[in-house]
Amino acid sequence: MTLPMPVELCVNGERVSAAIEPRTHLADFLREHLNLTGTNLGCEQGVCGACTLQVDGVPTRSCTVLAVSCTGAEVRTIEDFDADPVMAQLREAFSAEHALQCGYCTPGMLATARDIVLRLPDADDARVRHELAGNLCRCTGYVGLVRAIRSVLDARKTAGAVNRT
Amino acid sequence: MKPAPFDYRRPDTVEAALAALAGSNGVAKAVAGGQSLGPMLNLRLAQPAELIDLGGIAALRECLDAGTSVQLGAGITHAQIEDGRIPDPSRGLMSFVARGIAYRAVRNRGTLGGSLAHADPAADWINVMALLDATCIVMGPRGQREIAQRDWMVGAFTTALADDEVLLGVRIARLSPGARWSYYKVNRKPGEFAEAICAFVDDGAQGRRRAVIGAIDGAPFVIADAGALIERWDEALAHRHLCEAGLEPGTLEYQLHAVALRRAAAALAVFTGEGA
Repeated sequence: MTLPMPVELCVNGERVSAAIEPRTHLADFLREHLNLTGTNLGCEQGVCGACTLQVDGVPTRSCTVLAVSCTGAEVRTIEDFDADPVMAQLREAFSAEHALQCGYCTPGMLATARDIVLRLPDADDARVRHELAGNLCRCTGYVGLVRAIRSVLDARKTAGAVNRT
Repeated sequence: MKPAPFDYRRPDTVEAALAALAGSNGVAKAVAGGQSLGPMLNLRLAQPAELIDLGGIAALRECLDAGTSVQLGAGITHAQIEDGRIPDPSRGLMSFVARGIAYRAVRNRGTLGGSLAHADPAADWINVMALLDATCIVMGPRGQREIAQRDWMVGAFTTALADDEVLLGVRIARLSPGARWSYYKVNRKPGEFAEAICAFVDDGAQGRRRAVIGAIDGAPFVIADAGALIERWDEALAHRHLCEAGLEPGTLEYQLHAVALRRAAAALAVFTGEGA
């Protein structure tokens, strides 16, 4: 075992400092040290997307990022999005369109979905599907997921059009 | 799985990184975005005694647009290239390729230099840089040196970069306004590692008419003069190139690369600038 190292970062708006082993990845740090268990771990090799969360405003795999490398970073986990308006839309759409069943992929799926909605407002269904390739869901077959994200993209476009007139 | 224990350092200058590498007696491994090394650490395929994290070095994220060429810092992420947030010497080729690398969450952290130093034959940048004949710029204890692309990748996961050196960036000659390109990748699903990569660039104004056959056992196979294949698709000539690239007729690998080469050539013929 190597000596613990200090890490100081911002998690869900709060400053956190801890001493951890360098090999601790961000997901383990959040789950084991901060008890933020909303972030799920699947493959731990960057393939399944279950652990996707937001680091410095962009989606990131928390299993392939060392916690010590996040010093100074702003981390947002699924627990921090209760009041987020886009995530509120996505949650409702996921429920309405059956975009989840067991729920294991959902925190990572929502992090990716939110990025699609904000970064690619003009995405067609094929693009949404392409962007979801990095988040494995073995319950829904993706049809519900694409529909849910489609409905949020459409709703925001309509709202935007109304706001502009 | 979890990584085996290692020590960790995060220098904020190239000089400090070089000093850390020099002081480690060859047991340290440099890491940038960690999107290839991270999984290898978790799977314990790699068990370095020490990690030198280059992610804190702002100088590695600098780009220089010199007109006829563009220098891109090794720390530039795939997402930055995808979004066109950096100068593009390639008339959209690099942005198109970036969009197909792994997944957005990976592209947000994975870097151009990290990918080139990792030198996975199935990765994208190693093939694109071979196609564009880029120059790698490297800093070490003996100073700065430049490595031509044909000398960069020695074999699978092996480069000319010494243990005590750091890749600073790459210099890429800018394509002419009328240049065309195509890039065709075979993979089982978007974002997976490629089973075959073939690409063309046709820059008549500069006399650069090149092709690569990539995702093979070693370094990409470069067709330095692909003019004949660009002018007219020639099955026998393509076959000769595929054999020279080390692909054995009758195998699945040969067939996948043959299809990729033909489709890349077809895509070049109808080049729109939008992608292959």
